[in-house]
Amino acid sequence: MKALPYLIHKEVLQFKRNPFLPRLVIMFPLMLMLFLPWATTLEVKNINVTLIDNDHSSASRRLINQLKASSYFSLTNVAYSYEEAYKKVEASKADIIFSIPANFEKDMVNGKDVTLQINANSVNGTKGSLGSSYLSQIVNEFLTEMRSGNVTPKATGGFTIRYFYNPTLNYRHYMVPALMIIVILMLCGALPALNIVGEKEKGTIEQLNVTPISRTEFILAKLIPYWIMGLVLLTLCFFIAWLVYGLVPAGSYTSLYLGALLFIFVMSGLGLIISNYSSNMLQAMLLMFFIILICNLMSGIFTPISSMPHWAQMMTYIIFPHYFVEIMRGVYLQGNTIPELWTNYVALFLFAVVFNGWAIMSYKKQV
Amino acid sequence: MIQVNDIGKSYGKVEALKGISFSVDKGEIFGIIGPDGAGKTTAFRILTTLLLADKGEAFVDKLDVKRDFKKIRKMIGYMPGHFSLYPDLSVEENLELFASVFGTTIQQNYHLIEDLYRHIEPFKTRRAEKLSGGMKQKLALCCALIHAPKVLFLDEPTTGVDPTSRKEFWQMLKKLKAQGITILVSTPYMDEATLCDRIALIKDGRFLSVQTPQETVNRFNENLYETSSTDMFRLLTDLRKNSEVKDCYTFGASHHLLLKNDSSLEALKKKMLALGHQDIVIRPTEVTIEDCFMKLTKE
Repeated sequence: MKALPYLIHKEVLQFKRNPFLPRLVIMFPLMLMLFLPWATTLEVKNINVTLIDNDHSSASRRLINQLKASSYFSLTNVAYSYEEAYKKVEASKADIIFSIPANFEKDMVNGKDVTLQINANSVNGTKGSLGSSYLSQIVNEFLTEMRSGNVTPKATGGFTIRYFYNPTLNYRHYMVPALMIIVILMLCGALPALNIVGEKEKGTIEQLNVTPISRTEFILAKLIPYWIMGLVLLTLCFFIAWLVYGLVPAGSYTSLYLGALLFIFVMSGLGLIISNYSSNMLQAMLLMFFIILICNLMSGIFTPISSMPHWAQMMTYIIFPHYFVEIMRGVYLQGNTIPELWTNYVALFLFAVVFNGWAIMSYKKQV
Repeated sequence: MIQVNDIGKSYGKVEALKGISFSVDKGEIFGIIGPDGAGKTTAFRILTTLLLADKGEAFVDKLDVKRDFKKIRKMIGYMPGHFSLYPDLSVEENLELFASVFGTTIQQNYHLIEDLYRHIEPFKTRRAEKLSGGMKQKLALCCALIHAPKVLFLDEPTTGVDPTSRKEFWQMLKKLKAQGITILVSTPYMDEATLCDRIALIKDGRFLSVQTPQETVNRFNENLYETSSTDMFRLLTDLRKNSEVKDCYTFGASHHLLLKNDSSLEALKKKMLALGHQDIVIRPTEVTIEDCFMKLTKE
């Protein structure tokens, strides 16, 4: 192990000399943490509504005003026929066509059934379904109000809804811990993988292989810098989360760092395995790309695992970032402790042992 | 110092080495001479413990390349055929790195590399990738020498290096030999063969001969002629068509010629003149290693 400090020194030198890597490593988390939480939101807002008002009564106007008052809808167009409105949908200028029938007010006052029509464009499924359900909610409230003869809104009663752990339903609070995971997923996995393959490609590994350094030393020298880098970047992310989003973990930093450390071990181990099996950087890159994409989509970062089909839920047991997602969100939002999340820590630990063991076994100085 | 018995290696269906045997004594410069793809690098990789042979056994300083690879790695210096130092580290940093992974320092073995390092020391803060071809080779040799190895393995060290640097490089090898270091070197340049103590000619994974350069030349044992005329290409085809000619091949600016019967020389000259060749010259010439190689590959 005497050569280890020299080898690490060499890695650090090479990293610093690289014209591209240091910038990437700083810019990537900054971009991700500063811009994406504002952009990647699943909240549905600004639904464009095209209105066909066939009634032109005071009731229909009042309904339209309620619609306008909602922040979810923007009343972009008024059409005079369904065909005209449909053209707006086709031109992607409208998401929903809302038609108020003729005699809407009269029928309502006379206690007859009234039928309002909502046609939603479901190319964007979430927007279509959420939009029409919001809209029907508004319409129902309006109808109940009118029927009971209360023109002025009265306390509706019924339910009070309280949202636990993220009381304002702030989508950013949900995304920020997840984006930290993506930072580690991308950097601590891809960089070690490319590093070793790079030595293979340049042929420098051959010169190093005839030296007495052991493979454990060689691999540790590759990994330790990335472990440190991962923890530093995570700290940067914590700082941004507090500074920009006012988000501090409800639980302890210790439980976050422990989870992060285990996750970094898993990712760097995976990176090494990939680099051992690929013969050039392009291969390693594509393989890593494939794995990272599946991890991003399947680990519950963007879509909840509980709403996946059963077979997909089974699959997430091996999509290892999912354990870290549980830890990050659990600690950050819910204030969970290590004993409460222990299965996730154990799972990450096991993955780390298996991946790193595999990485060391599959790295051969002799072929 | 090196003992190789019937080593063979295949890559899939390609048999890169078909069972070679040789031995190298302590303090000897042993050259493996052959064209690209002959199996030189495979042999080097097996002896430097980077590659496992399919058959046969090999020993470096009585250590088995399979079993004792860890011990061998401590006592050999290896310079692969392609530049394999870190291009983004400086000259000094590369040298320091290789000294420290062997648990030594530059100062400790400075006497070994002094002559070489003097040439590159003015550029010691320059990155290795920015060095010229000859400088790169000198640095690579320094890095291979810095832990005072007993045996040096140099795989085509002079390929892509200018003639002056090549000469300097070989002078350096002579000095290292004088210090008792055993050197195994490969090269595609036949003219470098005479600088070795003994040479093995290799073709298609097989050794054609293992002798001193002088013995190799002596064994040629035939009269060799050099020939030229104003139309060199037509001369070559005409000579090859002639039944008296055993072999004819281009050699630098002239052709080398072997006859089935030396007494037919004058008659041959007349025939060529009759075919319209002008300024024809056919004269005896000295046998080189390349001629031996050409002859051996045809036998």
